[in-house]
Amino acid sequence: MDATLPLLILVIPLAMFLLLGLFGNKMSHPLAGTLGTLGMGTTLVLAYTVAFTYFFSGDPTFIAENGDRLQHVVFNQTWLAFTQNLVIKLGFLLDPISAMMLVVITTISFMVHLYSMGYMRDHHGVYEHGFQRFYAFLSLFSFSMLGLVVATNIFQMYIFWELVGASSYLLIGFYYTKPSAVSASKKAFIVTRFADLGFLIGILVLSFYTQTFNFVEFTSAPVEGLLDTYQVNIATSEGIRNIFASAQASTFMGASVLTWALVLIFMGGMGKSAMMPLHIWLPDAMEGPTPVSALIHAATMVVAGVYLVARLFPLYLMETAALDIITVVGAVTALYAAMVACAQIDIKRVLAFSTISQIAFMMVSLGVARPDFHEGLGYMASMFHLFTHAMFKALLFLGAGALIHAIGSNDYTEMHGLRKHMPITHWTFLIGCLAIAGIIPFSGFFSKDEILSSCLGNSTFVYIWMSAVAALTAFYMFRLYYLIFWWKEHETPAGHHAPHDQPWTMSLPLIILAAISCVAGFIPFGNFVSWNGEPYDFMAHFDWSVAAVSLCVAILAIVLATVMYRKENPLPAKFKNAMPALWRWCHHRFYWDELYMFITHKIIFGLICKPIAWFDRHIIDGSMDAMATVTNKASEGIKPLQSGQIQFYVWIYLIGALLLGGITAICLM
Amino acid sequence: MDYSQFLFMKQEIGLLIVFLAVFLYDTFMPRKALPALPAVSAGLMLILTLLGFTSCLGGSDAAETAFAGMYETSPIINAIKNVLNVGVIIVLLQSIKWANSDFMSVRRGEFYELLLVTLFGMYLMISARHFLLFVIGLESASLPLAAMVALDKNRYESHEAAVKYILTACFSSAIFMMGIALVYGLSGSLYFAKIHAAITEGNSLMLITALAFVMAGMGFKLSLVPFHLWTADVYQGAPTSVTSYLSVISKGSAAFAFMVILVQAFGAIYSEVWEWMLYAVIILTITVGNLFAIRQRNMKRFLAFSSVSQAGYIMLGIVAFNWMGTAALIYYILVYIFSNLAAFGVIGAIENATGKISMDDYRGLNKTNPKLAFCMMLAMFSLAGIPPFAGFFSKFFIFTSAINQGSIAIYVLVLIALINTIISLYYYLLVVKAMYISDETPVIENFRSAATEKLGLWVSIAGVMLLGIVSCFYTSILEMAKASEIFFLH
Repeated sequence: MDATLPLLILVIPLAMFLLLGLFGNKMSHPLAGTLGTLGMGTTLVLAYTVAFTYFFSGDPTFIAENGDRLQHVVFNQTWLAFTQNLVIKLGFLLDPISAMMLVVITTISFMVHLYSMGYMRDHHGVYEHGFQRFYAFLSLFSFSMLGLVVATNIFQMYIFWELVGASSYLLIGFYYTKPSAVSASKKAFIVTRFADLGFLIGILVLSFYTQTFNFVEFTSAPVEGLLDTYQVNIATSEGIRNIFASAQASTFMGASVLTWALVLIFMGGMGKSAMMPLHIWLPDAMEGPTPVSALIHAATMVVAGVYLVARLFPLYLMETAALDIITVVGAVTALYAAMVACAQIDIKRVLAFSTISQIAFMMVSLGVARPDFHEGLGYMASMFHLFTHAMFKALLFLGAGALIHAIGSNDYTEMHGLRKHMPITHWTFLIGCLAIAGIIPFSGFFSKDEILSSCLGNSTFVYIWMSAVAALTAFYMFRLYYLIFWWKEHETPAGHHAPHDQPWTMSLPLIILAAISCVAGFIPFGNFVSWNGEPYDFMAHFDWSVAAVSLCVAILAIVLATVMYRKENPLPAKFKNAMPALWRWCHHRFYWDELYMFITHKIIFGLICKPIAWFDRHIIDGSMDAMATVTNKASEGIKPLQSGQIQFYVWIYLIGALLLGGITAICLM
Repeated sequence: MDYSQFLFMKQEIGLLIVFLAVFLYDTFMPRKALPALPAVSAGLMLILTLLGFTSCLGGSDAAETAFAGMYETSPIINAIKNVLNVGVIIVLLQSIKWANSDFMSVRRGEFYELLLVTLFGMYLMISARHFLLFVIGLESASLPLAAMVALDKNRYESHEAAVKYILTACFSSAIFMMGIALVYGLSGSLYFAKIHAAITEGNSLMLITALAFVMAGMGFKLSLVPFHLWTADVYQGAPTSVTSYLSVISKGSAAFAFMVILVQAFGAIYSEVWEWMLYAVIILTITVGNLFAIRQRNMKRFLAFSSVSQAGYIMLGIVAFNWMGTAALIYYILVYIFSNLAAFGVIGAIENATGKISMDDYRGLNKTNPKLAFCMMLAMFSLAGIPPFAGFFSKFFIFTSAINQGSIAIYVLVLIALINTIISLYYYLLVVKAMYISDETPVIENFRSAATEKLGLWVSIAGVMLLGIVSCFYTSILEMAKASEIFFLH
């Protein structure tokens, strides 16, 4: 494939960032918004073209004779050459999951660009302060995220991983005059950076043992002439075993080095994807503008961790211990987040915890995937759920944004009964809720069902656990739905007009995403994405009994939610009073933030940082001061050398030359 | 004799044509047309440079020799000449306003003609594979410089600088040629390759003396300590355009030529004899240059000492003694040219507009001339080696290339260089502090720089920002160095 199109996919958002960042203040607000949206629209078209070419053109570089999909490196440019072996490259890797991610990212990003044109202004049409900056940051984020998914090597991924983190930091703190936004942005940055420390160590360990950064080599057999062509079949486990024999052989603290590396890399994924216990930043990140939450903290950036594990999946298969850890972390997080989501009153927080729970679903799905069960169904299910979740969760967030925009508050106790006033938002939100609850025929039903099937293939316990979480999901989503759109509406204060639907720039993305959520489930995903590139029939692995059970469970949960929340009644209060401790713990998110505060302030700051600070101030600074004094004294001492007299200069020259020769001669003889 | 051999010297011939054109223009054109002379020279140099990047003047893909092996050209040699050309273009752009001032108008032509002649000498130094040709290049690159230093006839310092320069240059040449004479006595030839073949043992006093003298002679051109004492006085006294030319172009060509001599003529006795001499000179150069730079208040003198210590860093590229070191050295020269010319561009613009040259005058520059202050800051950051500016990458690559040799002595050497980087950070940031943090009322009023000065600054700043992040510059140099046969004799 020609490198122009892929290159443009990365260059256009970057150029938009530079253009809007440098000259945005000189542009009018609509111009900046339109430019950003047009730029993203162009990227969208290009990304669709590339993905379409990859999946459907039948080009032998993309698809092997037996029908397997291949990994194709479109270009791979050396960026830094440290030594002959240690070379960092920047490139563009095209394979099923990266092509799929290109579609997801550009779609959501374009919707958000369009939506923000309406959202980032008040009811009188006045643009928010920093509107151009907002679009510049959106472009920067899109660039970073696209760079992340097409990375050809793990170091490139790490670079863009950090760029994504930085742009997330900038966007969460977009309202930088609001102290809560500032502290939320700092929290997000510090927590994810902490996780990335593990990621970096993991990268270093892995590359030290394998002598490579390249994904293609991590995940494929060492075929003859591999480096020249990059045209190798995806992953035959025999080949991987050869490459990583050394990494597996050496052990550290009872586990193989490869396990350590993979778990550490997963730690980076835990930070970005908000897995317990590193999830604490995501609920606070809702301080950012709602379109940002939809783009970054629901659809794209937070699934980077899932993408990372999927990218290295053949490696993880060699160390199933690491996969078991992923399963446990994911299952615990899924249940925890679902429970907390039942007891929140801020609609964006409910959605945030729901996001955490759904990403945990994807993680569990990867964790339980094994090639011997339905040809690695879990891998495909995870990617499928990533795809459908991105669409319906972005829809839910954008819908929530429309509500917040209309009401001016995040608190659903101030909403109630909006279904008459905002029909478009109501119907699209309902579709989103049905999709996430897993009701046939909406997209979430299919992807969640695949996940549950693959759980069942691994262990019945995990299956039952995750089914319970699925039930909770349906329950809290419909609790939210009823509390917003049903109940008795509030009186509109005198002088204000009633809340109403939004301008077309905001409605259109809602409608498009709702339409996708309705039909996306029917995509034969197994034809496109599978762990080893070999397409298989999706329906052949469809377990109707699992589907029936999960559908029944979801409907039961929805019925329960209807009974409790359709209109104001004493049931929820009774429920709350029956189990006060459970309610309190869920409402306070199991006191994780308090625990973190205790650990950082009392233990780390008090016991560790204070002695270090003393050491720094007295010993380190002292030795630096001493060095400076010595330098200064020496500088003063040699001042006479520069006398300004030429005869002296020449003397020094001659003596210098003679000494240079003389000392060498004495040393050598 | 086969005259077609001259065709190998495409770049030299191109430069000679440029020189003749400038000379004829200066001599025969009417007086009215003369103010365009600087622009004409810059334009011609631009054409020469562009042709140098193409196959027209760029030559073949492999190394070629002419005149019985006295002269050599290869892609990497073309590359270093192109690098110098780019630097010369920036210098020319920055000199236009000064060259067209009332005082300079009668001697405008001399500056450009002498400059082109010295550049020709540098070309010969770079391409020479025989000491005779090398000395011709060296001298034609040195002697006209003295006249250029003295161009500012009304200023006392300019004369003094010129006298100091010519006297030390003569002395240094004498020592250098003494060294070559000894080498001839030992090996019976002046060809680098034959010297390399003849001198394989290092245990003679004569050889060590010869090497020390050759090092001293080249050390003078590069202002390595202890052969650097002329530098500060000459840099301060010379007109700013000449100083910037001296500090980057002259130094860059000498550094490459020095490496070629050491490797091709004396490579066989590297670890035996001159490895340790080189270490000593590098440590002395970096440290002493830094120690002096700390105290300077005059900007030109300050940059003179900064350039002394930078020369020490450039020499680290030789320590690696392989093609990666060569690549790092050329890249360092390239980046150093852009960073230093950015600094000199600001200094020149301020000096031309206000006559102020002291660091104290730069206080609060950010308030009156924010763009100039910003350029200066970037230049200082790059010289200090702060990422993501080009200077960081050049220091990084040159350290890596040295470290890859892996002996304890080199670790110590690089450690000392690193400590010196911290010291240099202090004095580079002094300038930034004066411009940005000082509360006192600014000394320099707001002024408009000439368009050509701005253009020169833009080019330099673009280099400072992009040379590091955009990888193709370094990788292409690396490719050429890998393919080059500078180390063929091993």
